[in-house]
Amino acid sequence: MLLYAVKRILYVTPVAIGVSIICFLLVHIAPGDPLTAVLPIDATAAQQAEMRAAYGFDRPLPVQYGLWLWKVLHGDLGNSIATGRPVLSEVSRAVTNSLILAAVATLIGFTFGTFFGFVAGYHRDSALDKIASAISVLGVSVPHYWLGMVLVIIFSAQLGWLPPTGAGPDGSGNWRPDFEHLRYLILPAVTMSVIPMGIIARTVRALVAEILTQEFVQALRAKGLSEWTVFKHVVTNAAPTALSVMGLQLGYLLGGSILIETVFAWPGTGFLLNSAIFQRDLPLLQGTILVLAMFFVLLNLIVDVLQTALDPRIQRA
Amino acid sequence: MTAIADAGVYLPVKRSRGYWASVAHRLARDPVAMVALALIVAIALTAIFAPLLAPADPFKGSMLRRLRPVGFPGYPLGSDELGRDMLSRLMYGGRLSLLMGVTPVLVAFVIGSSFGIFAGYIGGRINTLMMRVIDVFFAFPSVLLAIALSGALGAGIVNSIVSLTIVFIPQIARVAEAVTTQIRTRDYVEAARVSGARALSIVRVHVLGNVLGPIFVYATSLISVSMILASGLSFLGLGVKPPDPEWGLMLNTLRTAIYSQPLVAALPGVMIFITSISFNLFSDGLRSAMEVKQ
Repeated sequence: MLLYAVKRILYVTPVAIGVSIICFLLVHIAPGDPLTAVLPIDATAAQQAEMRAAYGFDRPLPVQYGLWLWKVLHGDLGNSIATGRPVLSEVSRAVTNSLILAAVATLIGFTFGTFFGFVAGYHRDSALDKIASAISVLGVSVPHYWLGMVLVIIFSAQLGWLPPTGAGPDGSGNWRPDFEHLRYLILPAVTMSVIPMGIIARTVRALVAEILTQEFVQALRAKGLSEWTVFKHVVTNAAPTALSVMGLQLGYLLGGSILIETVFAWPGTGFLLNSAIFQRDLPLLQGTILVLAMFFVLLNLIVDVLQTALDPRIQRA
Repeated sequence: MTAIADAGVYLPVKRSRGYWASVAHRLARDPVAMVALALIVAIALTAIFAPLLAPADPFKGSMLRRLRPVGFPGYPLGSDELGRDMLSRLMYGGRLSLLMGVTPVLVAFVIGSSFGIFAGYIGGRINTLMMRVIDVFFAFPSVLLAIALSGALGAGIVNSIVSLTIVFIPQIARVAEAVTTQIRTRDYVEAARVSGARALSIVRVHVLGNVLGPIFVYATSLISVSMILASGLSFLGLGVKPPDPEWGLMLNTLRTAIYSQPLVAALPGVMIFITSISFNLFSDGLRSAMEVKQ
C-alpha cells in the first residue's frame, strides 16, 4: 500500500512539471509583449529594455522557466498587475470561497446522484429507471450558466426568496458559516450540483446494476439474508468507485466554476480569473490557473490512493 | 408476365446487411435518437437558411421597441435589450453557436485520432511518452483549460475554436490510443504482420476500420460539451463579439433583462440546452446502435 502511494507520487511528479510548463507558457502564448500590460504606452525603448531585464524577459525561455519555477516553489507567484498585491494571497482568499461552494455543490450532487443511481440500478428498465436516467441526461446537458440564470429569475426576481448574487449581505468577499450567508450559498451551490449529480447518477446506476448480477449477491440472498443486508453489501462494493468519482467531480467543479461564479458574482477563483482575463492581468491568470491545476492533480492523487486503500483490488500500474 | 409469376415462386433472398447499414437500421428504430437527430437537423437547417427564414434583420434594432414580451405583434419571441427581433437573432445565432461547438470536435477528432492511433500502434516507449504528455492536459478540468487558453490568447471566434480544439485533442487521443492498443494485439493484425503486410496498409485496412467507429462515437458525445463550453466562452465575453448574434453572448447581454423580461432573457439558453441535449441523446443512440461499450 505504502509502496503504491510512493509510486503514485513519483508518477505525479512529471505531470506536475508538465502542468507548470503549460502555466508558464500561458503568458507567452498571449499575443503581444507580456510587458504591454505593465508598461505605460509612452515608455521609451530604454525604459522597455530596463523592464524587460528586470522581469527577466530578455533571457532564453528555458532559463525564464527555471527562474519562474524557483520562485513558485518558494511560494512567490508574482504580483498582480491590477492590484499590485501578491498573487498568492489573492488566490488563496478566492480558493477558500470556491472550495466552500464546490464542496457543498458536490455534497448535494453526490446525495441526489447516488439516490437516483441506486433507484435506477435496483429497478432497471422500470419507469423509475427511465426518470432517473432522464434526470442524469438533463444534468449533463444543461448549460449550467443558463440554469443559474433561470434559478435567479425564479427564486430571486419572481419569488424574492433568495439573494441573486454575492456571497453575503455585507457585500464582502468572504463567506461565513451563518444563516444569512447560507442563503447566498443556496442558488449557486444548487446550480453547480446538477453536473456531478448527473455524472454520479450514471456511474452509480451502472455500478449497482453490475454488482446485482454478480454471484455473491445471489449467494447472499440464497443464504437467506435480508434485503437490507444485501443492500449494505452492494453499498460497500459500490463505494470506492462512487467516492472516487465524487472526489474528481470536486476537482472539476473547483476548476470549472468560473461560469457559475460569474453568474452569481461569487468571490471565488472563477471571479478572480474573469477579472484577470479582462484586465489582461497575466501573472494573476497564470497563478490562479497553476494553483487550481495543482489542486486538481493533488486531488487526483489523493483519490487514487484512497480508492486503493478502500479496495486493494484496483491498484493501477 | 413471367416476372410476376416468378416473383411468387422464388423465396425472397435475405441479404445480410453491412455493418454500417445495420447500425443505421438499429438507429432508425430508436425513437429517442431519431427525435434528437430531427432536432439537430432542424436547428442546423434553420441556422443555414436563416437569411431566408428570419422575419427581420438580426442587427436592426429600435430603442423605442426594446425588450418586448414574447408574442408581441411583430415580435413573435419578443425583442432584446437593443430592440432587435429575438426570433431572427436566435435563428442567426445558431450559425456561430453550431460552428463554434462542432468545429473543435471535428478538428480534434482528426488530430486526436491520428495522435492516438499512431501512439497505440507504435507502442513501446514512444507510446508511453506520448501518453504522458496527454496526461498533463488531463490535469486541467476542461472548462479551466478552455478559459485559460482563450483568456491568454484573447477574445475572438478563432481563438475560442483553437482553445476548445486543444481541450478535446487529448481526450480523443486517449480513447484512440486505448482502442488501437486493444486492436494491435489481435490475432488478425498479428497474422497480417507475419504475412508481410506493410505497417501503413495494416493501419489502413485492419486498424482504421476497427477503431474509427468507437472514436467517432466518443467524439459525438463531446459535441454537447463543446456546445456548452463554446457558448460559455461567448457568455464570458471570450468568444463572439457584439453585435454578432450567438446564443451564449445573447444570454450574457440579456442578463440585465431578467427582472423585466425573464422569458425573453432565458430563450438563448433554451436553444443551447435543446441543441446540447439532442447531441447527447443522439450520441447515446449511436453508441447502443454500434454496440460500443465504454
